[in-house]
Amino acid sequence: MEHRNTEMPGVPFDIRPARAADLQTVVSLDEETTGIAKVAYWKDRLERYAGGQPDRYFLIAEKEGRPVGFIVGEVRAWEFGSPPSGWIFAINVNRGARQDGLGTQLFEAVCDRFRRSGVRQVRTMIAKEDKLVMSFFRSQGMMAGPFVELEKGLAP
Amino acid sequence: MKIQKATRFALYAVLELARDPERQFSAGEIAERFEISGHHLSKVLRTLGRAGLVEALRGAGGGYRFRGNRKRVTLLDVIQHFEPVASRDGAREPGSRTPEGRALGRVIDEIDDIARATLGSITLATMRKLIDQDRREAAARPAERRARASPVE
Ligand SMILES: CC(C)(COP(=O)(O)OP(=O)(O)OC[C@H]1O[C@@H](n2cnc3c(N)ncnc32)[C@H](O)[C@@H]1OP(=O)(O)O)[C@@H](O)C(=O)NCCC(=O)NCCS
Repeated sequence: MEHRNTEMPGVPFDIRPARAADLQTVVSLDEETTGIAKVAYWKDRLERYAGGQPDRYFLIAEKEGRPVGFIVGEVRAWEFGSPPSGWIFAINVNRGARQDGLGTQLFEAVCDRFRRSGVRQVRTMIAKEDKLVMSFFRSQGMMAGPFVELEKGLAP
Repeated sequence: MKIQKATRFALYAVLELARDPERQFSAGEIAERFEISGHHLSKVLRTLGRAGLVEALRGAGGGYRFRGNRKRVTLLDVIQHFEPVASRDGAREPGSRTPEGRALGRVIDEIDDIARATLGSITLATMRKLIDQDRREAAARPAERRARASPVE
């Protein structure tokens, strides 16, 4: 999957906290990548993560005032004995703005906030087939950690 | 997981060449750096050449150069030219059509999928970052490293 940067390459971008008014923006950015418009889901995420609550971070990247990407993360503690750690559970950069270092800056921005929250580990979960996102997080120096994801189908 | 010697040599060679894609290295230089057989390495480099991952330069001072995009070529792209990586060919193993064989197959597939996802997402550029990080960490604690590098017999 190659996406050349067509959207003002090299133009600096800003990273700011998301607000409730970003709903349509986030829905559109996510829909462009996943093909599904999840309005109720993102409304809920913005309510929970964009209100400036401690240890919850929903950040938006903008180029000349236009939103081009976002990242969402939080500090989670003591799940299965794990001390507090930063969790990233969504990242998205508009196709036209990719491969210009924006994903890396969003990652670093959320890591800075995790550091300020006092955690020393950052985690995420990625689909094994998602080579793009997997390569991206690998390029940030992430490696497999001490947990594995297990699952089971639930018969009705 | 144990990789074969030829695979290991191929990875060392490609990582060394990808350090500076402009520069050419001789097989001898690479062999010396990793203390491996130059003869075996030359064979490996020929395979890498046929795979299009390295380019052999002729003439005086001829050597090898990396070909490709270090940000896109993954460990899997290299390894697959030397050994089957987590190939899902368990269906042909004895007993694989029995319930036991199928259940065992699912467990082995689970491991293979992780191996492929890991090797297929680590690019040479990412490896070079890990290598540089290792170098910095080693420099930061030389005493501890030296002790570990020469264990007591
Ligand atoms: C993953 C993603 C966030 C990367 O954003 P980006 O702005 O292009 O990232 P960067 O430019 O900072 O790239 C950083 C590194 O990622 C890796 N990378 C980026 N794009 C890549 C690609 N197409 N193929 C392989 N590796 C890639 C490279 O190693 C790159 O390093 P480099 O800058 O030295 O080239 C972006 O591609 C994206 O949003 N993808 C879809 C995400 C998704 O599916 N989200 C839904 C689930 S939450």
